[in-house]
Amino acid sequence: MSAVTAEHDDHHHADEHHDHGPAKGLLRWIITTNHKDIGTLYLLFALAMFFVGGSMAMVIRAELFEPGLQFVDPAFFNSMTTMHALVMVFGAVMPAFVGLANWQIPLMIGAKDMALPRMNNMSFWLLVAGILLLVSTLLMEGGAPNSGWTLYPPLVLQPITVGKSLPFAVFSVHLLGISSIMGAINIIATIFNMRAPSMKMADMPLFVWTWLITAFLLIAVMPVFAGAVTMLLTDKFFHTSFFNAAGGGDPVLYEHIFWFFGHPEVYIMILPTFGVASTIIPIFARKPLFGYASMVWATSAIAFLSFIVWAHHMFTVGMPLAGELYFMYATMIIAVPTGVKVFNWTATMWKGAMTFETPMLFSIAFVVLFTMGGFTGLMMAIAPSDFQYHDTYFIVAHFHYTLVPASIFMLMAAGYLWLPKWTGHMYNEKIGQLHFWLSAISVNILFFPQHFLGLAGMPRRIPDYAVQFADWNMISSIGGFIFGLSQLLFLYIVIDTIKGGTGEKVTDEVWEDASKHSLEWTLPSPVPYHTWETPPTFVPTEHVLDSH
Amino acid sequence: MSTNTAYYIPHKATWPVIGTLGLVTMLAGFANYLNGSSIGSMLMIVGLLIFITMLVGWFTLQAKESESGMYSHEVGISYRMGMMWFIFSEIVFFAVFFGTLWYTRNLSVHWLGSGATKELLHSAYEATWPTNGPAALGGKFEPMSAWGLPFLNTLILLTSGVTCTWAHHGLLAKNRDQLIKGLIATVALGFLFVIFQAIEYHEAYTDMGLTLGSGVYGSTFFMLTGFHGFHVCVGAIILSVVLFRSWKGHFQPENHFAFEAAAWYWHFVDVVWLGLFVFVYLM
Repeated sequence: MSAVTAEHDDHHHADEHHDHGPAKGLLRWIITTNHKDIGTLYLLFALAMFFVGGSMAMVIRAELFEPGLQFVDPAFFNSMTTMHALVMVFGAVMPAFVGLANWQIPLMIGAKDMALPRMNNMSFWLLVAGILLLVSTLLMEGGAPNSGWTLYPPLVLQPITVGKSLPFAVFSVHLLGISSIMGAINIIATIFNMRAPSMKMADMPLFVWTWLITAFLLIAVMPVFAGAVTMLLTDKFFHTSFFNAAGGGDPVLYEHIFWFFGHPEVYIMILPTFGVASTIIPIFARKPLFGYASMVWATSAIAFLSFIVWAHHMFTVGMPLAGELYFMYATMIIAVPTGVKVFNWTATMWKGAMTFETPMLFSIAFVVLFTMGGFTGLMMAIAPSDFQYHDTYFIVAHFHYTLVPASIFMLMAAGYLWLPKWTGHMYNEKIGQLHFWLSAISVNILFFPQHFLGLAGMPRRIPDYAVQFADWNMISSIGGFIFGLSQLLFLYIVIDTIKGGTGEKVTDEVWEDASKHSLEWTLPSPVPYHTWETPPTFVPTEHVLDSH
Repeated sequence: MSTNTAYYIPHKATWPVIGTLGLVTMLAGFANYLNGSSIGSMLMIVGLLIFITMLVGWFTLQAKESESGMYSHEVGISYRMGMMWFIFSEIVFFAVFFGTLWYTRNLSVHWLGSGATKELLHSAYEATWPTNGPAALGGKFEPMSAWGLPFLNTLILLTSGVTCTWAHHGLLAKNRDQLIKGLIATVALGFLFVIFQAIEYHEAYTDMGLTLGSGVYGSTFFMLTGFHGFHVCVGAIILSVVLFRSWKGHFQPENHFAFEAAAWYWHFVDVVWLGLFVFVYLM
C-alpha cells in the first residue's frame, strides 16, 4: 500500500497545466474546478442550509409546544413547514451527498478529478442560485410558499396561498433541477470513464455504486418535477387548464406527476446514505462487507421499484380499486431488497472485532432507527390502514425517521469518518460521542411521540391542535429543542477539526486497516490538492479482503 | 478507461459562474415580470445578454481547446456521455407532457363526463376529445388538423434528418463541400420548420379560436408543440454554430464531437416531432 502512496507523492508532470496549487484568495472558491474544492463548497453550503432549515423546524416546534396560537400566524407557520422541507431536501441533504460524491468518488476510484470539471463548478453555483431564489420569497409580499413542499394545485394557485412567491419557487425548482442533472451526469461520466484501469465495476466501493444508481434516478426524475411546476406556472399565469377541471384538466394529475418524481426523490436521499453505511460498518467491524453483490442488486432493485410505486402517496385521492391494490403490493415488495441490506449490515457486524468510534455509533443507530422508519412505511403501504394515517403526524414521524436518524445521521457519520482524512486532523472523540448520544436520544424524544399523535388523528401542517394532543406535542418539542441545540456541537467539531482538532497527527489510513477497504486511505493525510495523477495499480476491495 | 495523465483538467473556469449569474438574473426578472413588477422585463433582458455572452465565450473556448488537440480520446468519451445523458433528461421532460396528454385524454376527461361527476356537476358536458372542459374555457375553437402545415413540417424535419446524416458522411469522407452543403440544408430546413410553425400558431390564434386558454386541448397542444418548437430553434442554432465551425475548417473524421452532439440532438428533436405528429395531430 505504501508503495502506491510514495509513487503518487513523487510524481510530477510537465504537461499543459502548470498551476498545481489552488488560486489565491476568495476567487479560488468561485472559479475552482477542483473536485475537492467543489466538494468542500457543497458540504459547507449544505451545513449552512441544515441550520437554516433547522431554524424553521425550531419555529414549528415552538409554535406546537402548546395548543393555541403563540408565536406566528398560521400562514407563516405553513410557510415554515413548506420552506423547512424544501430547504432541507434541496438545500441540505441532496447537496451534502453531492459534496461527499465530489470529494470521495475520484479518491475511491483512482481518478484525478471529476470527468467534467467546468460543469462541476456550474452545478454548485446553480444550486446556490436556486436556493437564493427560493429563500428570497421569505422577504416578499405575501411571504414564502405555504402550500406544503408538494405544491399541490389548486391550493398553490390560490392568490392567498402564494402571494408573489409562486414564480420564484417554480424557477428555483428549474435551477435546482439543472444543477442536480449536471451533477448526476458528471458523476456517471466520472464513474464510467475515469476509474483506474485496475478497477472493475465489481471492485467499486459501495458508496460509488449507490451514487451511480442515485445519479440515474436524478436524471430520470428531476425533469419530471421541472415539467410539473412548469404546468403550475402556465396554469397560474398563461390561462392553461392542466390542473383545472373547468377546462377539462385534473388536479390529481399533478399529484401523479409530482410523486412520480417524489418517490424516486426520497430514494435519492437514502441510497447514498446506504453507501455511507456500507463504507463505515466494515471498517469498524474489521470485516469485509457481507454480501457485496447482493448489496448492489438490492440497491438497483430499490431504484427500479421507486419508479412504480408513486401513488402510495395518494391512496386517499380517489383512485380506482385496481390502482390501490397494485400500488399497495408493489410498495410492499420494496421491503425485500431493503431487508437484504439491513441483514447484510447486521451480518457484517456479526462476530466482527467492533470498536465504537463516533462514525460507527451513528451507523449502528442508523441501522436500528432506519429499520423502524421502514416498518412504519410498511404500515402505510397497506392502503386501508393508510386511510387512517394519511396526512397525520404518523407520516411526519415516518419520513423523519427515514431522513433524520438515517440520511442526516449518516451525513454526520461521513463527516466524522472522512474529515480526518481530508484535513489531516483528528476530531475530538469525546465531543463527537457526546454529539452522538444527545442526537440519538433527542431524535427519539422528538419523533417517536409523533407516531402516537398521528394514530390519534392529529393532522400535519396545522399550527394549532385539540387539547388531547398537548402532552405528546410538548415532549416532542422538548426533544426537538435538544436535538437542534446538539447540532451546534457538530458545527463546533467541524470548525475545530479544520483548525487543527486534537492536534494529533492522523496516519494515512486514519482508521485501523481502513486501507484494506478502499483507495482513499492509501493517500497521504491530509489529502493533497491533486491526487491520482498516475492511476493506482493496486486496488483494495472488499473481495480481496474476503478471500483472506 | 482513463490513462490519467492525458486527461485534460482545466484549472480555472469563469464561464460557469457567469452563466449562472445570467440564468438567475433572467429567471428572477421573469418572475418579477409575472408578478407585474416594472423592473422584470429589464432584468430578463440583462440576464439573457449575460447568458448569451457566456454561451459564446464558453463555446469559443471549447472549440479553441478542441482544435489545439487538448482533448484526448477519453475526454471525448466523457463529452459523449454528457450529451447522451443530457438528451435522456430531455426525453424525460417531454415524456411528462406526453404523459399528461395520455392521462387527460384516456382517463380524466372520461371521468369528468361520466358517473356521479356528470350527474351532479355538469350533466350537459359531453366528454369527447378535443375538449375545453365543462366550462368551455376559451370559447369555441377548431382543433388543429394533421394534414396541412403539420404534415408538411413532418416532411421537412424528416428530410433535414437525411441531410444531416449526408453532411456527416461528407465529414467522414473528408468531403468538406458535402459537409457544408448538408449542414446548410439542415439549418435551412430547421428554420423553415419554425417559420411554418409560427404561421400555424398565427392561424390557430386568429382564425380557429385555438389558444393556450382553450381548455386542456389548447394547453396540451401548445405546451407540447411549443416546447418542441423551442427545441427546434435551439437545435438549429447549434447546427448553425457547427456549420460556422465547418466553414472555418474545424472537425476531423476521427475528432468531431460537436458535430456528433448536434446531430444527436437534431435526431432527438426529429423523433419527438414524430411522436407529436401521431399523438397530438393525428389521433
